[in-house]
Amino acid sequence: MKIPYYPGCTLKTKAKDFEDSAIAAARVLGIEMEELPRWNCCGTVYSLSSDDLIHQLAPIRNLIRAKEQESDRLVTLCSMCYNTLKRANEFFLADEEKRERIKRYLDDEIPYEGDVRVVQLLELLRDEVSMDAIKEAVKKPLTGLKVAPYYGCMLLRPASIGIDDVERPTVMEDVLRALGADVIDDPYKTECCGAYQTVSQKDVVATCAHSILTSAQGNGAEVIALSCPLCDFNLDNRQKEVQERFNGFHPMPVLYFTQLMAIAFGLDPSVCRFELSYNDPVPLLKSKGLIE
Amino acid sequence: MKIRLSRERVRGDFVKKVEMISGQDLLQCYQCGKCSAGCPAAFEMDILPSHVIRLAQMGQEEELAQANSYWICFSCQTCTVRCPRGVDIAKIMEALRLVTLRQKNRNKVEATGLPPELLAELPQIAIVSSLRKLSG
Repeated sequence: MKIPYYPGCTLKTKAKDFEDSAIAAARVLGIEMEELPRWNCCGTVYSLSSDDLIHQLAPIRNLIRAKEQESDRLVTLCSMCYNTLKRANEFFLADEEKRERIKRYLDDEIPYEGDVRVVQLLELLRDEVSMDAIKEAVKKPLTGLKVAPYYGCMLLRPASIGIDDVERPTVMEDVLRALGADVIDDPYKTECCGAYQTVSQKDVVATCAHSILTSAQGNGAEVIALSCPLCDFNLDNRQKEVQERFNGFHPMPVLYFTQLMAIAFGLDPSVCRFELSYNDPVPLLKSKGLIE
Repeated sequence: MKIRLSRERVRGDFVKKVEMISGQDLLQCYQCGKCSAGCPAAFEMDILPSHVIRLAQMGQEEELAQANSYWICFSCQTCTVRCPRGVDIAKIMEALRLVTLRQKNRNKVEATGLPPELLAELPQIAIVSSLRKLSG
């Protein structure tokens, strides 16, 4: 299955580990993620105002890029891109008058009627690949690796665009279980990491990260799996601030779920780009015999 | 704290502006407090989300101008998905930010004020989203 892929800004730089592992792991399952030949920043956060049409243009343009590839779908990895693109399309479809105004700004583009569906890789895995097919592709089951899935906000909220149940999602658990991991149930899996406040309110984010990480650890997790480069920064890199602020905190690795897929599928660990992690996951994965 | 109520205030320009930008009817809120109970940023807020909504209903512009709540808000939408009245509280928080940010020189974060070490460390999405939410 070929599907146009929208990377977004961070997957080309700080989250190259997410992109490289995802493309390689998806290929094993027969999904060819083809990067759009031309794309622009989605804006990263959906504008929550009703009168701010200009901020809807950047995401809509990306959907038009998918349309140019003669596709009615677009796959994303980054949760924030997913949310912004999907909500912008929802906004576009919801109100005829606003839609017509947005279209007038886009008169240099091919006609667009809101008919590109934004999907996140986890949805494709659940709805089109199936957990059984993932299980079949596993060469090195993640046996004994205690993983706590962390969804954060943007994959789930609001409910109209969420990929799963807004309070009790299970799709990432299902994927990790298919990979053979020991999945840890953690009540903080949908709690916000502090998001963009990491720029000007480091301490606030460190407090949020501490709650999330220690909850996962308290439930027995050795590693967290996630899908958002901002969550990843706040839960991985901000462990430096967590350690400075909270006595007795023990650091733990944080990985993208696709890195765990690549390992379980027996791919060369170089696609996982572990060198981009702040807390090195290699010793843990070695101790479980998952990499050499 | 003295609160002055009048018809002019409760149906005044400030309330209209917040309702127009957010697309929400403030009077839908019946003050159950569920948004405050689940807010992951509440520990840092001087006024809880449900109290912010109450002050907004009453047109208390000056009181709200002093609050840090909507600047601390993470836009995580937890309040929005849990509100039993269907009020999109995250949109009201955004409207309160925009009432300030749409005036000149009222940015909370300045692109030029971010130190180079911080810019080098942060992922792009952090920088772009912070500037989108906290500057005009």
